[in-house]
Amino acid sequence: MSVLLEVKDLTAHYGDFQALFGVDLALKQRETLAIIGANGAGKTTLMRAITGIARVTAGTVTLDGGRIDQLNAPDILRAGISMVPEGRRLFPSLSVEENLLIGAHARKGSGFWNKGRVCELFPVLSERRHQPSTSLSGGQQQMVAIGRALMSNPSVLLCDELSLGLAPVVIREIYAAFPTIRESGTAIIVVEQDIGQALQVADTVHCMMEGRITLSGRPDELSREAIHDAYFGITHS
Amino acid sequence: MIWLDTLIQGLLLGGLYALFAAGLSLVFGIMRLVNLAHGDLIVLGAYLILGIGTALGLNPFVAALIALPLMFLLGWLLQTVLLNRVLGDDILPPLLVTFGLSVVIQNALLEQFTADSRRLPVGPIEAKSLAFGSVSVGVMPLITFASAILVILCLNWIFYRTAIGRAFRATSDDSVTAQLMGIRPRRVFALATGIALVVATIAALYLGARANFDPSIGPARLLYAFEAVIIGGLGSLWGTLIGGLIIGVAQAFGAALKLEWQILAGHVAFVLILLVRPRGLFPRAHD
Repeated sequence: MSVLLEVKDLTAHYGDFQALFGVDLALKQRETLAIIGANGAGKTTLMRAITGIARVTAGTVTLDGGRIDQLNAPDILRAGISMVPEGRRLFPSLSVEENLLIGAHARKGSGFWNKGRVCELFPVLSERRHQPSTSLSGGQQQMVAIGRALMSNPSVLLCDELSLGLAPVVIREIYAAFPTIRESGTAIIVVEQDIGQALQVADTVHCMMEGRITLSGRPDELSREAIHDAYFGITHS
Repeated sequence: MIWLDTLIQGLLLGGLYALFAAGLSLVFGIMRLVNLAHGDLIVLGAYLILGIGTALGLNPFVAALIALPLMFLLGWLLQTVLLNRVLGDDILPPLLVTFGLSVVIQNALLEQFTADSRRLPVGPIEAKSLAFGSVSVGVMPLITFASAILVILCLNWIFYRTAIGRAFRATSDDSVTAQLMGIRPRRVFALATGIALVVATIAALYLGARANFDPSIGPARLLYAFEAVIIGGLGSLWGTLIGGLIIGVAQAFGAALKLEWQILAGHVAFVLILLVRPRGLFPRAHD
């Protein structure tokens, strides 16, 4: 499979504070890639840099061979990268249905994902479409956030901390949607603190520590010890 | 019966205040910007209608149709060129810039049109009235009131029934996440200010048709508009209409008691409502 999204030597700053140090990764068509790491490892900054929210100070991001690192967030969305932000960030003044529709704001033409398909993926949203988004449970809000991101028919879907604050049964329900999303032709990058969940869904795993990727590989190639050490920054002399 | 007449006159006056306030409410609701030049932009609109009407020999209602797109364009440019540059977490820069803009508009109008009072010559309709029993209602105030309702209905339709309305609300909720949806907040803000100045031009038409205006009256219109927006609850369009009506009615009853109390009564009503409902009558739940 060819490379869809490629990040090369990416550096990002918040003011004078450097948050990413030369990050490299590649995402292939229909692949699911997981990024794990402790709080403050730089996972969310990486997502924000790819989507144009955080300023990229060096390095490149290419999508389908075209550079996108100097584009702004709306143009990156139009190029084909959509994000489910950490904490869902639904729009409180919009109903469930409106939150889904706003996801298609920039969409030109048709695609696999539309309101009907999203409601097939998460049937509970159909029942609750007229409710304020804030009246839903955390899990249902996460479903809206995923559905909203899919409504632009992205080629790459970034999911930042999907499992945060959710019960295990709800997390399983949400991750159960991943195969359908992949079958639709969308590649996925998932940022997770839940290592077990990440290993279960991903084709490739990257572990981040202090703004750098410290371990990469397929889940079946990586030992629990290696992941544990990379996650917590333990070095063996 | 005189109290019923006073109530009706107050409600009709409140319609004009609601028109003053609707644009302010729209802009505040979307970008949390208090445009201190809003009153002066209404006065500018009145002079534009007057200028177009005089130059082309048109009735002010027809001249207003030409002024509306021009004022939309002015709003778009104002936001794009000036106000977008100062919007941010700090609320002080936009306040200072719009205050400066207010001073510039007033002085430019003074330079161009002198301090003489003007009025929009709408013709015989100005003096016409309809009798409802013993209560007589002016046609112009009635049209003004109907226009206020129509404007609020239209703004609500845009806000709650259209894609751009969804973008307005999403940007107002969270402009960073809105960008992840492909929304360009600066363009949304420019569109909102354009629409706000269209509403200000409608207000200008009725302001100039009902009373004299001169370059210095903008700040007082801003004050009434601001009070209406605050009474209604920041960002609520129907609340803004109710706020305008409350000020109008309070002023009418104040004037009925003693002529000098007209303006004071409106301000007292504003303070009393804020004491009871500090966030206004219809605040947005998530603000």
